[in-house]
Order: sequence, then C-alpha cells, then structure tokens
Amino acid sequence: MTYVLTGDEKPLSGIGAFRAKVTALDPRMRIVMTAVYAVVVVSLSNLWVLSAALGLSMWLLAYSGLPPRKTLKRMAMMDSFIIFMLVLLPFTIPGTPVFSVWGLEASWEGLRRAAEIALTANAVILAVMTLVGSMEPVTMGHALFALKTPERLVHLMMFTIRYIDVLREEYQRLRTSMKLRGFRPGTNWHTYRSYGYLVGMMLVRAIERSERILAAMKCRGFSGRIILLEDFRLRRADLLFAAALTAALAALIWAEAAYAAT
Amino acid sequence: MHIVDGALSNPVVIGGAVAAVGGIAMGLRSLPLERIPAAGVLSASFFVASLIHVPIGPSSVHLILNGLAGLILGWAAFPALFVGLLLQAVFFGFGGLTVLGVNAVNIALPAVLAGLMFRPLVARGSPLQGAIWGGIGGGAAIALTTLAVAVSLMLSGDEFILAAKLVFFSHIPVMVIEALLSGAAIFLARRVKPELFADTKGSLA
Repeated sequence: MTYVLTGDEKPLSGIGAFRAKVTALDPRMRIVMTAVYAVVVVSLSNLWVLSAALGLSMWLLAYSGLPPRKTLKRMAMMDSFIIFMLVLLPFTIPGTPVFSVWGLEASWEGLRRAAEIALTANAVILAVMTLVGSMEPVTMGHALFALKTPERLVHLMMFTIRYIDVLREEYQRLRTSMKLRGFRPGTNWHTYRSYGYLVGMMLVRAIERSERILAAMKCRGFSGRIILLEDFRLRRADLLFAAALTAALAALIWAEAAYAAT
Repeated sequence: MHIVDGALSNPVVIGGAVAAVGGIAMGLRSLPLERIPAAGVLSASFFVASLIHVPIGPSSVHLILNGLAGLILGWAAFPALFVGLLLQAVFFGFGGLTVLGVNAVNIALPAVLAGLMFRPLVARGSPLQGAIWGGIGGGAAIALTTLAVAVSLMLSGDEFILAAKLVFFSHIPVMVIEALLSGAAIFLARRVKPELFADTKGSLA
C-alpha cells in the first residue's frame, strides 16, 4: 500500500526507504505490546496519568523515528472527527457549572470526561501508528499470522493491501475519463447516479480482475498456505524494549491507583 | 462513524469484540480458498470507495457503502469490512484499537443483514427492480449502522444520548445518498455483469 489518502500524502510506512529504529524490533512483539498498551491506557481515568500516557506515546513517536509532523497531523485528523462529540459532553453531564453558552451550562465533570476521552484516544492511536503503522503492510500480515491469526483472514488482508493501490489507480482513471466528458459534481441526481455507476463499474472490474488473479495463482500452485518470508526472532533488544514499556505501563497503573486512593 | 478509544464503557467494548470475533468466524467459513482473491479485491474496492467524497450542498460526505458490500459479499462482508477498519486504524489513525470490535460490528453487521435480506430481491426481476431493492438495502444498512453507533454510545452512558441523537439525525442525508448510489451501482452491475447476482444462494461473484 503506497499512498492512498491523497496524492502527496504517503502513509507512515513509506516505501522501504524508511529505516527507523523501531523497524529493527520484532513485529510480533510490537503488535502484542501495542495491544497491551491500548488495554492499559483505556483502563486509566486520571487526567494526570493519562497525560503521562500521552507523553509516553510521544516518546514512542520520537523513538520510532517516524516523521513527527506527519504523524501528529494524522492524529489531529482523528481529533477533528470526534471534536463534535467532545464539545457536547460538558453540556450533557450534570455537575458544577463552569460557564454557559446560550443558557446551556457546561459542567466541570463534563469537561473532565471530554478531556479524558481525548487523551485516551490520542495516546492509543499514536502508539498504534508508531509501533504497528510503521511496519510494511506485508510484514504486519506475516506477523499477525505468526501470532495465530486465522490464515484466511490474513490472506484476505494481504489481498486487500495488495489491491488498494491498483484499484485506486483504476478509480482515478475512471474519474479522469468522467472529467474529460465534462462531469462536474454537484448536489443533483445526475451526480449521484454517475458516482453510483462509477462504483458499480469499479466493482464489476474488480470481480473480473479477481478471476484473472485466481487463474494466475492456480497456475502457480496456490494452495492457501502462507509462506513466511522472514524469520521472526525475539532478540535482546526486543526483550529490553518490551520490559521497558511494561515497566512504564506498570508505573502508570501504580500512579492511577495512588491517585484513586487519595 | 468511527468511535474512538476511551469513549465506550468496558461491557460495550468487550461485547463488541466478542461479537466481532463471531462475525469474522462466520464470514471466514463462507470463504473457501477459491473465493479469497475475489473477496480481497472487493474488500480493496470498498476501501477505495470509502475515500470518495460526494458533494452534498456546500459540504461533502464520504461513502461507506457497507450495504453494497453486504449485497455482493454476503457473510464475507464481515471480515472484509473488518480488514478495512483495521487498516484504517493502523495506517491512517482513524478509530481506535480496543474499539475495533465495536466498530466492526456497527458497520459489518448491518452489511450482512442487508445482504441476507435484500440479495435475493436484488437478483430477481428487471435491472431496475433490482436497483430499487439495492437502493433500499444500501439505505437500510447505513440507517442500521447509525443506529448501532447511537446505541453503543447510549449503552456507555446517558451523557451520550444527545450526541447519539445528533449522529442519527445528521446522517439522514447520508442514508439517502448511499441509497441512491447503491441503487445506481446495482443497476449498472445488473446490466453489465448479470451473472454477478445469478447465483442467488452464493455469497460472492
């Protein structure tokens, strides 16, 4: 999967040119630790502790060597989706009023809850993007398979990854030919029908393409087995990284418990 | 439509994860090896389709097309849409990790339901009749998805009731657009490649 979102914006993994510290670590360990990290952070609720968790994610970002600005921009994009829900919370949770807008009172409790969700969501997604999103998509598939994900689900994922780019290019070719014929989108029946035909055409072509793929794969003796191209091995650096992250998570849990006790 | 980490209560998150595992297992059972390339390529096309922005008034909405995915893939739409959500979370940072199960159920279960209910109707009659049922299926799937998002928010706490209601009502135009687009897509597919729906029992191509 190269660039999918927009023309110039490449995904975090890049195309092989990207050599960061984190790519040297065992992908299986990264996936497992990310899952543990997400579960721990979601279970936290103290704002100071959550800020520390976000700090930890920032450290992961710095350590991973991913382009920080691009990664943070992606994170901000997620925030723009949830901002709407967060803004409502202060007004819907009853409690001590802080300020009021058009006669509606915002509560401290609501602000707290909104901050809690924002911190959790950002801390987790940043860790996911830095630890897992920095992998080559194919490596992620192989690592998931090595972690006992069902073979057919991994196959499905690898096919999806492989063809997202191909189909996106096909989509753009279709769009170009629409443009050449003078199509200009607007809010009208013609636009929606044309987009519908565009999607329908993409699906028809996709099915026909998949028939050719299947024939080509059969010809090469595809049996549904995943052949691991790389040999995953836990090295000392992996154990050290996992131990350090576990210690940091334990500290977060301890701090949460300490705050809860006071 | 993506819910993020930290917003939902634990029972909702765990329930969603368990249901998603069940749905994926069901979907994989209906996917013999022969059909994996077709499912994978279609999963990729739905991923690409979800990046299309359709104008509506001064603004624009992006497509989900889960109803169409269900109509074409049947139960296999569950793992296919799950894969799409996983890739979006990991590589684009949309959604979250612990809520992946809830998000998958919210988007894929309506897709599968639309597929089970409307696929036989879409395959029958003239292309236009098929397109009308396809449109109804596509609109119904989005309506169910929005409803499922609203319910998952409401189950997590009363403070989300207002947000849940707003999510539902603000998505009514999206439902209409998705219905129109799904109908048009089915119309074209029925005319160009009728055998796509010829096997009414099959879940795929």
